Amino acid sequence: MRYIPHTEEDVRHMLGVIGASDIDALLAAVPKKLRLGRPLDLPEATSEQTLSRELHAMAERNANPATHDWFLGAGTYAHFTPSAVDALASRAEFYTAYTPYQPEISQGTLQVVFEWQSMVSELVGLPVANASMYDGASATAEAALMAMRVTRRDRIVLADGLHPHYRDVLATYVGGLGAEVVTGERAADGRAAPLGSLVDDRTACVILQQPGFLGSVQDVRAIAEEAHAHGALLIVTTTEALSLALLEAPGKMGTDIVCGEAQSFGVPMSFGGPHLGFLATAQKFLRQLPGRLVGETVDTEGRRGYVLTLSTREQHIRRERATSNICTNQGLCLLLATIYLSLHGKVGLRKLAEANLAKAEYAKARVRATPGLSLPFPAATFNEFVVGLSEPADLVLARAAEAKLIAGLDLAPYASDLGPALLVCTTELASREAIDRLVGLLAGEAS
Amino acid sequence: MSAERPGPAPENAVRGLAYEEPLSIERSRPGRIGWSLPELDVPAVDPADVWPEGSVRSEPAELPELSEVEVVRHFTRLSTWNAAVDLGLYPLGSCTMKYNPKINERAARLDGFAGCHPMQPPSEAQGFLQLCWELEQMLAEISGMDRVTLQPAAGAQGELAGVMMIRAYHEHRGEKRHKILIPESAHGTNPASAALNGYDVVPVPGGSDGVLHPEAVDALMDETVAGLMLTNPNTLGLFEEHIVAIAEIVHSRGGLIYGDGANLNALLGIARPGDLGIDVMHFNLHKTFSTPHGGGGPGSGPVGVKNILATYLPTPVIQKVEGEEGDCFTLDHEFPHSIGRLHGNLGNLGMAVRAWTYIRSLGREGLRRCSDMAVLNANYLLARLRESYHVPFDRAVMHEVVFSDRNLAETGVTTLDVAKRLIDHGYHPPTIYFPLIVHGALMIEPTESESMEGLDRFVESLEAIAREAKEDPETVKTAPHHTRHTRLDETRAARKPVLRW
Amino acid sequence: MAEYNLPDSVRYSREDEWTRVEGDHVVIGITDYAQQQLGDIVFVELPEPGTQVAAGDPFGVIESVKTVSDLFAPITGEIVTINTDLAETPEAVNDDCYGDGWMLTIQPASSDELQGLLSAQDYAQHIKDREE
Repeated sequence: MRYIPHTEEDVRHMLGVIGASDIDALLAAVPKKLRLGRPLDLPEATSEQTLSRELHAMAERNANPATHDWFLGAGTYAHFTPSAVDALASRAEFYTAYTPYQPEISQGTLQVVFEWQSMVSELVGLPVANASMYDGASATAEAALMAMRVTRRDRIVLADGLHPHYRDVLATYVGGLGAEVVTGERAADGRAAPLGSLVDDRTACVILQQPGFLGSVQDVRAIAEEAHAHGALLIVTTTEALSLALLEAPGKMGTDIVCGEAQSFGVPMSFGGPHLGFLATAQKFLRQLPGRLVGETVDTEGRRGYVLTLSTREQHIRRERATSNICTNQGLCLLLATIYLSLHGKVGLRKLAEANLAKAEYAKARVRATPGLSLPFPAATFNEFVVGLSEPADLVLARAAEAKLIAGLDLAPYASDLGPALLVCTTELASREAIDRLVGLLAGEAS
Repeated sequence: MSAERPGPAPENAVRGLAYEEPLSIERSRPGRIGWSLPELDVPAVDPADVWPEGSVRSEPAELPELSEVEVVRHFTRLSTWNAAVDLGLYPLGSCTMKYNPKINERAARLDGFAGCHPMQPPSEAQGFLQLCWELEQMLAEISGMDRVTLQPAAGAQGELAGVMMIRAYHEHRGEKRHKILIPESAHGTNPASAALNGYDVVPVPGGSDGVLHPEAVDALMDETVAGLMLTNPNTLGLFEEHIVAIAEIVHSRGGLIYGDGANLNALLGIARPGDLGIDVMHFNLHKTFSTPHGGGGPGSGPVGVKNILATYLPTPVIQKVEGEEGDCFTLDHEFPHSIGRLHGNLGNLGMAVRAWTYIRSLGREGLRRCSDMAVLNANYLLARLRESYHVPFDRAVMHEVVFSDRNLAETGVTTLDVAKRLIDHGYHPPTIYFPLIVHGALMIEPTESESMEGLDRFVESLEAIAREAKEDPETVKTAPHHTRHTRLDETRAARKPVLRW
Repeated sequence: MAEYNLPDSVRYSREDEWTRVEGDHVVIGITDYAQQQLGDIVFVELPEPGTQVAAGDPFGVIESVKTVSDLFAPITGEIVTINTDLAETPEAVNDDCYGDGWMLTIQPASSDELQGLLSAQDYAQHIKDREE
């Protein structure tokens, strides 16, 4: 049993010290009739060598960007991750530590979180960011709950373009609290239409995704005005944090809470998680923020150091009156992201975002010039956009998969009014040659 | 071994190369970069040319500018400031800081797992779906539940999901119940998760023997109560031996029982929550099933339910379809009574790969051995430390044991001081001041990973601190003395929060 | 029992607030016993002036580093003013709980409730009973 050090002699000695005849006697508190009384019906122990082979075989049955050209985004993005990211995050001093409850021996984790909070704050243009949330969807739901606490109102308005999974998670979260959720319409250009009378004096917040689920760059200022005219907060969420490097910071456009998903910053896609939710807000809403926070202070000798702070907001102290039930944060994922952002830096991150934009503009130009394909929306986009097809999307996806290319997301379940259409994403991983191949496959050419 | 050879240095003496390291932004120099983008193979685009006016970022985000070697040194140095399981005993009670096997990490990083996208067609992700389905089956067998969902991102989200299913069950039956019973010893996430469901929380007092008694539940359980949330073993490390009688009371009055699986490491192969009357429970993959704690997370909180609740599971649900050419795994969205979706995708499935690998590595005998040795270790600590520290509930424990500082009262040394002094001995302190029902609690969970000699050294340190508290209390009260930082000023941090550079 | 500063010039509630009549208004804060129990105060949340409160209602929250506690209105009435300085200097509650650490003033609905509050001597006994 390679993970358990006890020899039979150790066990005998320890039982002797305890004064128990055998292990069974130690378990006396578990009444005999409540015990399982048989071995678990599970496989036998497996050697590392045998298990490795089995794992490789299972992994090989899953398409991924190492085996396929990749154009699927829709909230989870295939970006290149520099080697240093995983090398550093694989240091066991980081990943086998837990929540930094004891700051004297957790300064590594604490300083990383402080750096992460600082970077998020910079990227979104708001002064206070927390130590991360489970994912973009739950961060958005928590932002809505926060807005309900701040405004003491219970109506939530979703501008068009919120990721359908985020909308679902939000509905699940607020369902027990009797909040009303209403959704705005999509304008012809692909952006969220003005909300008009949807926003009223009962509205706690308006939630706007930037860029929208279908890729459109939204008019944040216009929606902010509509929200604020009725005393509602504006929440801007994003599924593609890299867009923050190139789009105006939402905090500079009247946004009260910025949240979303930062998986793009070096966090593996891992079939959907663990990813990296983030949440930032203005100073005046600090006390209503959910999740952990790290703050700067000094020790008894006056040396700078970091601690978990303002924890009276949290469940382990405030219990049923806490700002959230969340306990963990995504420590390991924010470590990946902080390393990733440190490597890219102020200039590099913007260049990377520009490369994503350039690939998308090239792909859109190719689509535009290809008979049988169309771009249904004229609105500006970042690295993701809708392509109209002339045959059912599932056929196209299957044909592309045969040719080792994952072409995008079939929009039939999400936006059936568009007819056959795909949501296509081009990150820096998409080579010109792969984009050309994609456009050919979409247009019905055999590969 | 030759008699002349000197013995090894005491392992508890912690020293090392101690580097200072500023914030990354303080090292930043314009013009440095730690990464290289391949040359652009398509025409460059100025965003101002294709985006509406005012959309392009007006000022760049002030991120640090560093070379790769500076970034590597920065984070490597920071890492050396942390305590970690791979450095030594980390006996945080209720957190199950067991060893995190290396094969788990390697498995999760395989391209076919790490690079798998949650929305790629299920036909292109059959390996991952099979792994998830198998993990669900194994967790169901371990817990005695009928169905498992991997979707909740952490234990607290599992609680939220579980209580939502309890709520959905009652609403579906047309019943309006607005209260949840929660023992006073419970984790704070229990009442917080109940409150997010709109429930009023009713605390249930525990008995003087540390466990819950049927009479206490009997007095509070009526048709306004949706259910009871229970942790077993409880946060004192004691098995809730009256659980069956308690479950009968709750069930007979129409309520359901939620099981907090935080302490499942005590029960593997010994007893199954599903056989004890639990209707819905969560697992903490990062506790019982060895996925790393990651400096605070990510967790992963799968939820198991009995058949009566299966119709309310969060969607999508992974289904196995048996076919002539072998099994096929699909995502089923058609659950009309589902509580809905909790996670942006299918769950923290990178953790599922690790947990699957762990269970398969140990197998049925190995899992049972984990719990046996975890219980042995906790009782060994109880036996050896009983003389040095007050034991508020002195009876056989399961996987963790709670002491208090009551015996040190006259020295002025508190639980916090003992915890800080343990750091000087090279240990991460136990969980302190929890559970709330024990004044000055020191909650120790050694896990099965620790050897007898390791525990002996830990005991010697705790004994030495108890002696020192009487002989030289000031040294204990000003600990730690051998760390990079002495005690940090938490009051200053909270009064004038500085939350970014 | 520890030493607490319990001046005779104010009257006390069982929830550890003090009250002092100044003209038409009643000034309210927390007692020396309460501030010692809480430890370093880091934040005080107070209601808006104009809010109506009833005796026994929670009207605010006081936080130290590790605990949080409700403030309960000792009398019924309307909040007139709050001590806005506490936002910047919550430590005043620790340093001078009967002076600079005052929290708010209330226009009482009637003078009857003031009679029901405790004298310093009765409050000292109340603390003693609770500690035992």
